[in-house]
Amino acid sequence: MSVISNTTTITSVGAPSRRNTELALLVFAVLIPVFAYANVGLAKDGSLPAGLLAYGAGLGTLAGIAHLMVRKFAKYADPLMLPVATLLNGMGLVLIWRLDQEPSLGAAMAPSQLLWSTLGVALFVGVLVFLKDHRILQRYTYISMVVALVLLVLPVFFPGINGAKIWITIPGVGSLQPGEFAKIIITVFFAGYLMVKRDALALASRRFMGLYLPRGRDLGPILVIWAISLLILVFETDLGTSLLFFGLFVIMLYVATERTSWIVFGLLLSAGGAVFVSTFEAHVQDRVQNWLHPLALVNGGVTETAQTMYAFGSGGLFGSGLGQGYSRLIGGIAPKSDYILATVGEELGLTGLMAVLLLYGLLIERGVRTALAARDPFGKLLAIGLSGAFALQVFVVAGGVTGLIPLTGMTMPFLAQGGSSVIANWALVAILLRISDTARRPAPSPAPSPDAEPTQVVRVQ
Amino acid sequence: MNKPLRRVAVFCGLLVLALLIRVNYVQFVQADELKNDAHNRRVTINQYASPRGDIIVGDKAITGHTETTGSDFKFKATFKNGAMWAPVTGYASQAFGTSMLEGVNDKILTGDDDRLFFRRTVDILTGKEKQGGDVVTTLSNAAQKAAFEGLGDKKGAVAAIDPQTGAILALASTPSYDPSSFAGNSKTDEKNWVTLKNDKDEPMLNRALRQIYPPGSAFKVVTAAAALENGLYSGIDDKTDSPDPYTLPTTTTDLPNEGNIPCKNATLRVALQYSCNTVFGKIGADLGREKMLAEAKKFGFNDELFVPVRTATSNFSTTMDQPQTALSSIGQFETAATPLQMAMVASAIANDGKLMKPYMVKELLDSNGKAIEQTSPQEYSQPVSSENAAKLQQMMETVVTSGTGKNAQIDGVTVGGKTGTAQNGVNNDKSPYAWFISYAKTDSGSPVAVAVVVEDGLANRGDITGGGLAAPIAKKVMEAVLNK
Repeated sequence: MSVISNTTTITSVGAPSRRNTELALLVFAVLIPVFAYANVGLAKDGSLPAGLLAYGAGLGTLAGIAHLMVRKFAKYADPLMLPVATLLNGMGLVLIWRLDQEPSLGAAMAPSQLLWSTLGVALFVGVLVFLKDHRILQRYTYISMVVALVLLVLPVFFPGINGAKIWITIPGVGSLQPGEFAKIIITVFFAGYLMVKRDALALASRRFMGLYLPRGRDLGPILVIWAISLLILVFETDLGTSLLFFGLFVIMLYVATERTSWIVFGLLLSAGGAVFVSTFEAHVQDRVQNWLHPLALVNGGVTETAQTMYAFGSGGLFGSGLGQGYSRLIGGIAPKSDYILATVGEELGLTGLMAVLLLYGLLIERGVRTALAARDPFGKLLAIGLSGAFALQVFVVAGGVTGLIPLTGMTMPFLAQGGSSVIANWALVAILLRISDTARRPAPSPAPSPDAEPTQVVRVQ
Repeated sequence: MNKPLRRVAVFCGLLVLALLIRVNYVQFVQADELKNDAHNRRVTINQYASPRGDIIVGDKAITGHTETTGSDFKFKATFKNGAMWAPVTGYASQAFGTSMLEGVNDKILTGDDDRLFFRRTVDILTGKEKQGGDVVTTLSNAAQKAAFEGLGDKKGAVAAIDPQTGAILALASTPSYDPSSFAGNSKTDEKNWVTLKNDKDEPMLNRALRQIYPPGSAFKVVTAAAALENGLYSGIDDKTDSPDPYTLPTTTTDLPNEGNIPCKNATLRVALQYSCNTVFGKIGADLGREKMLAEAKKFGFNDELFVPVRTATSNFSTTMDQPQTALSSIGQFETAATPLQMAMVASAIANDGKLMKPYMVKELLDSNGKAIEQTSPQEYSQPVSSENAAKLQQMMETVVTSGTGKNAQIDGVTVGGKTGTAQNGVNNDKSPYAWFISYAKTDSGSPVAVAVVVEDGLANRGDITGGGLAAPIAKKVMEAVLNK
């Protein structure tokens, strides 16, 4: 084939696909948890754990399949997100397996977590294969809203666990946290809704004291979201989820309308909501008290909050070493789910904890970058929504566990034990990869212009 | 939409930054405080995570360790002949902490002492498990055994010192307890602990170091020393100017003697031999509070000693009037002393007037048996001159050869002593305390001074009780030290 000289501004010689970079990084993302796994075994029993090869092979296969699928179906996707997610998930598995070694922390959960991770990767592949273009999601804006609301409201009808109603129990399957899936679905709804309404929200407003006051009919849905997040807080006593949804909505509104006034409204409404709820919700008041006085004794005993602070303090700069900490003191299955960062802090130290936080930071940064790179407004909104939700979740959980803000019941993405969380976050990464693939994919070569064709010699018979 | 996107990116960056700052604050700035918080169970876990070092008497360990199962705490301390050694070792319990030498030298025993840092670093490099250092005591197995068995099932205490160095040779306290019985943290350990704590006989009280008793007539040795030191009387065989009975100054109360004894104008030697209240009461009143107090302080009264275990402060009143000074000078009123204090009194006289500071830790060893600290004998004070010490020795020796302390005689050895029976309670309605303080002397100086107190002296029969109950125990302890 002859080289075609191109006269269009968009060239087909676009950004390199960076698939080999991704592969090289994935090797590290698999090797580090495998070494960590060996480390735990050596620390606990003085010998390499029996499941080391199986674990290494399993994680390697999962990562390999995911990589091959990205290579095939999202060739130009961001090369960092898959390795970071793999590393976090792999470390999560090692930490949960390590905590399984403590008899007082309940049944072994690493095997089921591995199963959920496999399902998560399967969903990741599924999204890449079946979601050819993220803009298809735009069609399901209002269906998404309904599904998200159902998912959010569902846990109200199931009994609460540890004071928060965020689970639904399906006999034979176990507990699910619909909130994790709702996070993605509601972002799809917001992106679709705001893309349509952004001009109305941005422009059709009166200026009042330096702020743009929106029209009532545009403000309506926002107040509805605010009310729903309050209702979640009240009926499900789930501070984390309500904070996440409201924060997510404010961020997306701001990005869509480019109006700072929305942020002011958002802050005012969330402050109002927080004060309103905390005046009569004992559960929330407890959390705030624990936050203000982390080391206070309750009924003469040490609280979970204090135990996590001790775990962090005892970890110090370099930690006790994997397998050599005392996360079991926190008790229950909390160290495997809500407080898994305490184990990171104690056993890997400040160094390890900062590394983990930076990995999250990196994932968020790649998400935001995807939003910046996306060429369509829906893609931009969806990408910033997903990465914003991810960032808020990381902040709310890590901030809560380390005592920066009051603790809320949410899971550390990828790291913590919990099936719904792992699956949902793999799906989230898949959608981000799909958007980044679209954003970075070079424009298709223009069809060769007939005028540029060399004159053909037509043989006339 | 890129401008707000960039701002959101900055916002996300700030969220991550806030988290990073927070974890640095918690794990770096606050780390030590959280790490060493009293409620942080890791503190105790670490304490028992490695084999604890031993407390050594002679060249044998009197403590040990055993591995526990089903607990956070890996190693548990064990005690050999625990009840006998409890006043020395104290306890090291996974659930209830530490006391006495186990407590004072906890960091050495657990291996966490800074001075073990180099050793620990070497051990880490060579892959050796962390192990605690050892504490070598000055105690004598034979003397301790004699003291503990001598007390038997009587309630009381014994303290024995080497007068020339101040090294503590025996510290016994009965009734005692076995520290092994609650060294772990099981339900049984807790039950044993509660039983011991609630026992009205207070088996966990270290009577030799931590309990003060009115010393009764045993204190008259201090009064005699004050009389000689202040030149009130210079010859021990010169008649004193003392009536019998003696009326306490500024009162109409008579101070009597116990029984029919020759105390009127008795010499110091005779007064001590028969334990005359009248003579020594008058000496105290004549010298006055300040002079008596100064002498008592030189012997160690009103001072909290660390040997290195803390001792109770023996008391000689600083605010008494003249008649109270007279009573104090015969070991009554508010005068109260630990058995160790009274052993110090005897040892100062036996050591020709020089009082050595008592100590019970000879050296601290690292896990390889290398000494990291040694205690060298220190002078505490010079309560009496050597001439006066020689006079006091003669007096105390007379007490043993022909006075109230005959029960302490040892063949072929010079023994000096003083009995005491202290009244207890208002109008003496409780059982009196029987005291005996003594020393043994050979050609090469005195190797041992002993103080014995028995709480349940049966009846108030003058000083015979001290001689009858306490002197035989002191004799056995001295014999043990002398290898008799």
